[in-house]
Amino acid sequence: MSNNYFEIIRAGINTTFQDRGRCNLYHIGIPFSGAMDNRNYLLANRLVGNKLDTPVIEFAYQGPLLKYYGDKIYIAITGDVIFKLKNKDNEIVGNCYESYQLENGDEIDILSTNKSVYGYLSISGEFNLKPQWGSFSINTKANIGSNDGKKLENNQKINISKINLSQGKNKINYLNSKVENIRVLKGTNFNYFSEEGKKIFFKKEFIVSKLSDRMGMRLEGPKIDNIVNTNIKSEGLLKGVIQVPADGNPIIMLSDHGTIGGYPKIGVVASVDYDRLVQMSPGSKIKFKEINLSDAETLFKLYEMETQNLLSQI
Amino acid sequence: MIKNISNLGDAALYCDFGTEVNKQINSEVIKYFNTIKEKNIKGINNLTPSYNKLIISYDLRIINFNEIKDIIEKLNVTETLKIVNKNLEIPVCCDASFSLDMKRLEKKLNLSQEDILSNFFGKEFFCYMTGFIAGLPFLGDLDENMRVQRLETPRVKVPKGSVGITEQFANIYTYESPGGWNIIGNTPLKLFDSSKEKDPNLINPGDTIIFKQITLEEYENYNE
Repeated sequence: MSNNYFEIIRAGINTTFQDRGRCNLYHIGIPFSGAMDNRNYLLANRLVGNKLDTPVIEFAYQGPLLKYYGDKIYIAITGDVIFKLKNKDNEIVGNCYESYQLENGDEIDILSTNKSVYGYLSISGEFNLKPQWGSFSINTKANIGSNDGKKLENNQKINISKINLSQGKNKINYLNSKVENIRVLKGTNFNYFSEEGKKIFFKKEFIVSKLSDRMGMRLEGPKIDNIVNTNIKSEGLLKGVIQVPADGNPIIMLSDHGTIGGYPKIGVVASVDYDRLVQMSPGSKIKFKEINLSDAETLFKLYEMETQNLLSQI
Repeated sequence: MIKNISNLGDAALYCDFGTEVNKQINSEVIKYFNTIKEKNIKGINNLTPSYNKLIISYDLRIINFNEIKDIIEKLNVTETLKIVNKNLEIPVCCDASFSLDMKRLEKKLNLSQEDILSNFFGKEFFCYMTGFIAGLPFLGDLDENMRVQRLETPRVKVPKGSVGITEQFANIYTYESPGGWNIIGNTPLKLFDSSKEKDPNLINPGDTIIFKQITLEEYENYNE
């Protein structure tokens, strides 16, 4: 039995294990979950030579402070993250998209994400975790997934079951693009809203509110007026669906969303923009741009090619 | 039958079976759901049946809207599937500490507590769908005189096990969760078992349910 582990000195705000998420459980009320920003999740794994579906540590805003005990291991951090690496002799400011070697007693201090929300920490190897329904992803609202479905806590130990040093030091140049425009397809209840409301939705600016988490993102701004019915017969939801309840403020469903909902759907975020959407922190401005289905499909293909291209450079 | 298929975003098919809520339309939805699930169609990664809609989510890297629409339109759903529906009895305690909205219901429905309870406990309910949170069943139908809107201001926390009603429907909160349904009582029964890899839900679409009233003492001594 190996004895490699991290001690969590400070857990951070919302630190969980995430992978690609779990499928085919919507009908019993369980969402996909999984890493919010899929591209950064994949890059984190590739930088340390892991299989791409290996679970990583996801953090939001302030990340964890971890002390490492054990044999030599590589780590990498992706996203737009400010962090430090400390050993007994010195302290350096780390770069995202670059792997670092840790030795016994070293510390990783993930101070914060920079004008973004989520970041990822991967290790060259595997955490000692139990999957649930085919995924290690933690859904803290339903207590589903590894770590008993709970976020990581101070003083907890994170055991590492396997270390893989086959790949040496790695790095890639990558910059997360910051955007204001999010492309949206019209939703199934688009015509529930007044002409003025439709115009507001696609022309005006909204602000990401503080009431945003892995379940959903609430927006503030001009109210969107409903002229048909502020409720629909409850039906399925998806990540990216934008619902407008009676108060006229849009809510965007994110990866841990409830699977059924009864508010009208004004739009759905195009898959190509999902990774960028989730990184918009409270206070960010957001504008919706209408896109049709075939353009959304084409742009997603291009985004996927770009992701594959980045992965192949490592 | 599916009346219309449209896209919900760029990675889901929205199958509309109609606007009414009744068993006949819902069993059509469930028939499609079961057929598609059994066929294991490549690229489909989630299915959400509801009262009168079926949403089919797919992996846009594998398949797209037109391809999947074509498959669904050509689907043969006439084959009979062996689905065993259960008849379940759900114990519910309506002690004042659990029936959080009884006063409101008496007022809104203009019925006495006795009338409300005798109506609720005498009925057979049908499970239309499960979801929102893991294992939560949407059950119907309440009699016309029992129908009431959601709370004006939803609760931030509805206790686990709470049994709620709104419009023609009843539900059971499998976890503590936000929610706006009128709470009539609480069940000690575990409705979602996360340790079960297969069938973690106690109640599934198509099942029928009868609520059985229990005393506070029976609730406290309840053993599954």
